[in-house]
Amino acid sequence: MIWKHGTAILEAILLASPEPLTIRRIAEVMGLEEREARILMEDLRKQYDQPGRGLCIREMAGGYVLTTRPEYAEYVERLLQPKSRGLSHAALETLAIIAYRQPITKPEIEAIRGVKVDRVVEMLLERRLIREVGRKDAPGRPVLYGTTQEFLQYFGLRDLSELPPVSLDTSDAGLILKRREGEERSSRVG
Amino acid sequence: MEGSGALLGRPESYTVHLANFEGPLDLLLHLIRRAEINIYDIPIAQITEQYLEIIQDLSTVDIDRASEFLVMAATLLDIKSRMLLPRPPRITEELPEEEPQDPREELVRQLVAYSQYREAAEALRELEQKMARIYTRGFFCEEVQGPPPLQGLTLEDLVRAFQEVLREEWNWREVPREEIPLREKVREISFLLSRSPGGLRFRELFTRGGSRREVVVTFLALLELIRQRRAVAVQERLFGEIWIRPAGSEPEGAISAGVQGEDQTEGGAGELPAER
Repeated sequence: MIWKHGTAILEAILLASPEPLTIRRIAEVMGLEEREARILMEDLRKQYDQPGRGLCIREMAGGYVLTTRPEYAEYVERLLQPKSRGLSHAALETLAIIAYRQPITKPEIEAIRGVKVDRVVEMLLERRLIREVGRKDAPGRPVLYGTTQEFLQYFGLRDLSELPPVSLDTSDAGLILKRREGEERSSRVG
Repeated sequence: MEGSGALLGRPESYTVHLANFEGPLDLLLHLIRRAEINIYDIPIAQITEQYLEIIQDLSTVDIDRASEFLVMAATLLDIKSRMLLPRPPRITEELPEEEPQDPREELVRQLVAYSQYREAAEALRELEQKMARIYTRGFFCEEVQGPPPLQGLTLEDLVRAFQEVLREEWNWREVPREEIPLREKVREISFLLSRSPGGLRFRELFTRGGSRREVVVTFLALLELIRQRRAVAVQERLFGEIWIRPAGSEPEGAISAGVQGEDQTEGGAGELPAER
């Protein structure tokens, strides 16, 4: 059963899983060795890589997810009519700081952004993109924040090492901020 | 606008809206970028002048943000004044190799760090946009789906109806403290609901004699079921009967239940009786 219908079973549980399915979980569910589960996953991914499919398998947040192909987004949007749920500029800035500097406290984020971040942090917590990861051993024992699995899913990352490389080296001398095309602050973006 | 010579100290008449900036650092970066100057060698006098000019009208931002802009203004003025001061004559006994500290240093460090995180934020924005074109089965859907749990009535209506129940047909009697666990009550109601697909009258839930405490627990259990979206309260017309129905039994519910389901609640109301 398992070997005859392996990829079919895998396909079924992949669709049914409410969260990214890890190799370990697949092995558990199917009663396989992880090594075997990985082979099945590779087989299934190859099947999905064939042209003419609307779905593909993506690796994110430590597991595998069945997703629609971006080429057909237009049609899915017509179906679901998603509300644009993009994050505001302030939210993304704050999230970037947390993602690259975690664990980090609110005052530390504020020192970098030069503004209060209470509300943004609140919103990010609500959307479960960040979470409290502990308390800093400092006066007042401020809460430390870090990113979540949902964060990885939201940005389609396998893990934090996949964060886009950004030169965060402050010793990078000679940085000249180029004026960007079309950057006129006459209309609010975020 | 590009070619008209953005001479320092002679800002063109840009219309800059303070509300469009995330904060003082954002504004400063904008000014620096606009002037195309090296961030490590900021002509602090000009930048300060432009900054102050822009924040003249703080009325467009709320008071908290206004104070953030003002703190930066103070910092800039402080740096500017320190730049103007003659360097203290170097006393030979002091460490001669120590570089005189640039008053701008701290600010520059902050600006550089901030601009780098902004870059990072832009990188995240690109990922976000990429992901916006990819749909999964919906595990990231935070939006609550399904019909509104209170149809045609508000929570107040529900409370008012409950008050009527309390006021009217009850002969209160004091009973020795009895424990009616909420969970028990939730089960009971969902069991009743599972057997009455057409729903129950709000009042029916309370017509069985019981203590005040039980009535309260019943009401709480009902709210809990509604919150968990296992039951819906429907009032078809104003002042009409309030019906409690199992979630998904009414037509609108049936449609959206297929899309999202009730994955937050473990099992629907229907399977509870099996546990007993």
